[in-house]
Amino acid sequence: MNKIFIILQREYLTRVKKKSFLILTFLVPILIFGASLLMVYIALQGEEKQKIVVNDESGIFFHRLDKKSKTYTFFAEAPKGNETNRDFAKRVEADIYLHILPFQNSRPDSILIYKEGGVSLGTSLFLSTQLDNIYHVKQMEEAGIDKAKIDSIQNFSLPIKSYDLKDNKETNSAIASGIGYMMGIMIYLVIFIYGSGVMRGVMEEKTNRIAEVVISSVKPFQLMMGKILGIGLVGLTQFLLWGTLIILLQFLLPLIIPSLGDLMQARENIVTAMPASEMPNMGSSDSLAMIQSIMNQNWGLIISCFIFYFLGGYFIYASLFAAVGSLVNEDPQEAQQLTLPVSMPIIFGFIILMTTLKEPNSSLSVFGSMFPLTSPIVMMGRIPYGVPVLQLILSMGLLIIGFILITWMSGKIYRTGILLYGKKTTWKEVLKWLRHS
Amino acid sequence: MLTLVHLKKYYATQKAVDDISLKIEKGKIFGLLGPNGAGKSSLLRMVTGITLPDSGKILYDGQEYNQDIHNQWIGYMPEERGLYKKMKIGEQAMYLARLKGLNKIEAMQKINYWFKRLDMESWWNKKVEDLSKGMSQKLQFVTTVLHNPKVLILDEPFSGLDPVNSEIIKQEIFELSKQGVSIIFSTHRMEQVEEICEEIALINQGKIVLEGNVLEIKNRFKKNLYRLAIQEELQGFESNIVQKNMDEYILQFANDQEPNSLLQHCINQHYHIKTFEEILPSLNEIFIQQVENTQASRQFLN
Repeated sequence: MNKIFIILQREYLTRVKKKSFLILTFLVPILIFGASLLMVYIALQGEEKQKIVVNDESGIFFHRLDKKSKTYTFFAEAPKGNETNRDFAKRVEADIYLHILPFQNSRPDSILIYKEGGVSLGTSLFLSTQLDNIYHVKQMEEAGIDKAKIDSIQNFSLPIKSYDLKDNKETNSAIASGIGYMMGIMIYLVIFIYGSGVMRGVMEEKTNRIAEVVISSVKPFQLMMGKILGIGLVGLTQFLLWGTLIILLQFLLPLIIPSLGDLMQARENIVTAMPASEMPNMGSSDSLAMIQSIMNQNWGLIISCFIFYFLGGYFIYASLFAAVGSLVNEDPQEAQQLTLPVSMPIIFGFIILMTTLKEPNSSLSVFGSMFPLTSPIVMMGRIPYGVPVLQLILSMGLLIIGFILITWMSGKIYRTGILLYGKKTTWKEVLKWLRHS
Repeated sequence: MLTLVHLKKYYATQKAVDDISLKIEKGKIFGLLGPNGAGKSSLLRMVTGITLPDSGKILYDGQEYNQDIHNQWIGYMPEERGLYKKMKIGEQAMYLARLKGLNKIEAMQKINYWFKRLDMESWWNKKVEDLSKGMSQKLQFVTTVLHNPKVLILDEPFSGLDPVNSEIIKQEIFELSKQGVSIIFSTHRMEQVEEICEEIALINQGKIVLEGNVLEIKNRFKKNLYRLAIQEELQGFESNIVQKNMDEYILQFANDQEPNSLLQHCINQHYHIKTFEEILPSLNEIFIQQVENTQASRQFLN
């Protein structure tokens, strides 16, 4: 046990002390954060405030236009004599020229937008929504509906709610699938990044010929476990640091650079004002309801399951990757071939996860969430939707059994493979080792 | 110190070790010889507890091998050896010492002692990838002996070492043997064995072909050859002259013939004797003769 700890310590420290670890750990949150800020910045400042000159011949629209827009300013002006549209826009220094022709039979004949180089999609969407809205309100007013009534109609959206038949609890499938997706992807990434880290570590020991030196002091299994635990801890450290850094950045950056504060605010506005089509099944884009729904999730269960499947998935695959690493000689191409049988189930798990997010209780999803090689990824997609306790227990039990079996198997392969030099190993031979040793 | 009793290890395709029994005394340097693929490494891996024998016993001081106790007794330098390239040398030595069960303070003392002894003190913060091959072999040797093993197992210890460093390591091996460390020295380089070992065993195809004291073996295989160098022409002496080279003769005596009779003859004839010596066969010759015509011997001869 003590020796496993010494090995673990070395594996952990050599990796954490590496420059690449520090760079990756500090750069990733800054990049993620910076990229999202940049996006907001571009969204807000990319176009400078554009000046829209409005020639409203109907007399209905101009005074009702939303003058609070951050992207556009409006002012009224009409071209003189037979001035061309272009000359007119140039004279008043307008970016956009909006020409609303007079009404005929209470309908606008046509509305024209001019811009040097063509009208952008954003501008055209913005204006058409505004104008449509103004026109509809105007129509309703003319039909004799009073202003207060119209406002209340406009601000009302249908109270659509979904419930779980089982316990009558309110559900929000968008939130559930969002959480499931995030956690599934995280486990998928951890398995791939740190699992293959274990493989590279084992390969390094074998090709550097240090394995036999170490194995004369410790049991092969101790070396394997020390490495797996050490690299697992590196992964945990990295995740913790990322989490902390991202949260710190959220709070600190606006203090350091005050103008960023506005940007952050704007970012939140953009998120909450995202059009309904980008958040399916959300009903309303009311952020309060969303937060409510996120709070309603059983976070205790989700987090404890996440930790369980995170560890289970990592350990199963890390020991498989260790076994593969022990079979590789010098040739990295050999590693690619040998990795294939190990990466296949991970990728299958990921594919099943995608269908699970749509249909969490389909038989494929249920199977995927039971089978130990896919369950760490797939089960995380099902948990936010609610999983019968029996299934959860079965899945966890199978994962533990699978973990023990696979570690035992990998240990055997590793023990033989790590001492074998210069010969290409086939899977057939590996099966023989499993049966005989 | 170390006794091997009827050790066997069979693999699917071959009998790697086929019934080997050996006894290695305290403080002795024992040479394990054999062509590539003879089973040396398989044997050593069992002795060091890396693999388990199919049958037979490994006894350390009469006790059957037990990983927890005897692992610390052993210092093993495998033929396929290496170090962590990116690790600092001091840290590396510390790590390997601690894996052998030393605590940090003990390990530090030992490392300081050996680094000083072999002029490696300035190496502490260097990385292995910055070392020459000879230097890293020296470090490898130090990490093998750091924990004061009672049995030192060296598989081709001089491969990759320049003559200067070879000599340093050789002296250290002698020194350790004087302190009572039993040393198993595995190689296919015969001239090193003659220099270093007292006892040897020759293995071929998993079996011991020849075993015993180096001098005794040489005597066993001697062909009664003598070298004589004189200024004059050798005349009037009854014996079989195998070879004549300038003023040097190689003679083969009959079994009952006394070597002194030749000296007597030379003195009587007033010859000027420059050299007179018995020619013992080199281990190389003996071994080639022993493993000849076996499949593996061809590699051996190369």
